[in-house]
Amino acid sequence: MSKIIKNLKQFSTSNDRFEGAHLLCPGCAHSIIVRELLNCTDDNLVIANATGCLEVCTAVYPHTSWDASWIHIGFENAATAASGAEAMYKTLQRKGRLKDPDKPVKFVAFGGDGATYDIGFQFLSGAVERGHNFTYVCLDNEVYANTGGQRSSSTPRGASTATTPAGRVSYGKKRYKKDMVAIMAAHGAPYVAQVAPNKWKDMVKKYQKALATEGPVYINAMSACTTEWKFPSDKTIDVSDMGTDSLVFPLYEIENGTKLTITYRPKNIIPVRDYLGVQGRFKHLFKKENEHVIEEMQKAVDEKWELLQRREEAGV
Amino acid sequence: MEYKGWDQVEAGAVLPSFNDESCDIVNKKQEERNYADTNSYTASVADWRVFKPVFNKDVCIDCQNCWVFCPDTAIVSRDKAMLGIDYDHCKGCGICADVCPTNPKSLIMFFENDDNDTMLSQWPEKKKKEK
Repeated sequence: MSKIIKNLKQFSTSNDRFEGAHLLCPGCAHSIIVRELLNCTDDNLVIANATGCLEVCTAVYPHTSWDASWIHIGFENAATAASGAEAMYKTLQRKGRLKDPDKPVKFVAFGGDGATYDIGFQFLSGAVERGHNFTYVCLDNEVYANTGGQRSSSTPRGASTATTPAGRVSYGKKRYKKDMVAIMAAHGAPYVAQVAPNKWKDMVKKYQKALATEGPVYINAMSACTTEWKFPSDKTIDVSDMGTDSLVFPLYEIENGTKLTITYRPKNIIPVRDYLGVQGRFKHLFKKENEHVIEEMQKAVDEKWELLQRREEAGV
Repeated sequence: MEYKGWDQVEAGAVLPSFNDESCDIVNKKQEERNYADTNSYTASVADWRVFKPVFNKDVCIDCQNCWVFCPDTAIVSRDKAMLGIDYDHCKGCGICADVCPTNPKSLIMFFENDDNDTMLSQWPEKKKKEK
């Protein structure tokens, strides 16, 4: 049975299952995203975690921050671990050997964008194709933040990272960000969505829908990184607001691979320039010779928004 | 708790969160749980802080924005009311003070060494809206 959450006051009566004193940076959005997932349901959870900031910082020997079953194997196979646990659960259920058969169990996998877009891509693809009943949440901070800020295939164009440094010759990463949501929708997953921590209600709604869906679910969560995006630690929510309002991170969901719904339409759409301006990783784009990159990004964002709106209208 | 040396740690560690075989965690408040030494709830990151949030109960409207956006589970909310800040787990990131909607803010960041009561007595007045 899913928990009913009408407003923030009611939501705040949830008993946290993600404890403090983990070692994530102050102001990290990862733990906001994870906390909301653990709080939005009363069901037992089995969580698989790919290597990344979240895994490294929440299970520092001898401490664990998880009050739910949590497993970590390798960088690439969070999806595999979750699907294996799910397959075992189904077998035990069939044989009638479950300890508490009435209590529902949900399977969740967390991975960073490195573990999802690059290293674990094949494993995630396989797990979704096999149709396991699990939810994969990608904490998309657009960089390998844990190892010192190398580019990943989620890094947006123009960002300066450790392996694509901006300087006299280059303006940072030259390639565009991979559209992972579209790729997972093309797998035919029953539910695919993009969420952001600042829109908590939208996020909780999508999480609950995801956990209630039978079959593989992919959720792309925007996770602002104070260290690598280079903004003050108290501005996490403000930067996320700018991300969703400038439509760099549009919030939408796709059901059964085709039915697209836009869940958040900003009242005042702000220019992409404002979103880039608050982050240190895009500082160099405001030099005269790099201005064309901002214009190109604005154009790409506008085109993407137009495409989403048309897809929603046409229902394809 | 006793720490093991680098050559005593077994490969593939299991870290229990609770001392008993707790099943019904979602229905237990944090103070009712039987935490094990290996749960990070028993640890502290208080020494990370440079600034600390100070909570003024008189101005608070219990909107719970700080609770939902706190990355460190450091806002203590019980029965829809905000009770205070868990200074063992707060890292002083300042998100709670940033998202607080009241005027004046009911959470303000001060230096770690400042005294809470002194700061509460010097709380800023309500600001008029700038037109």
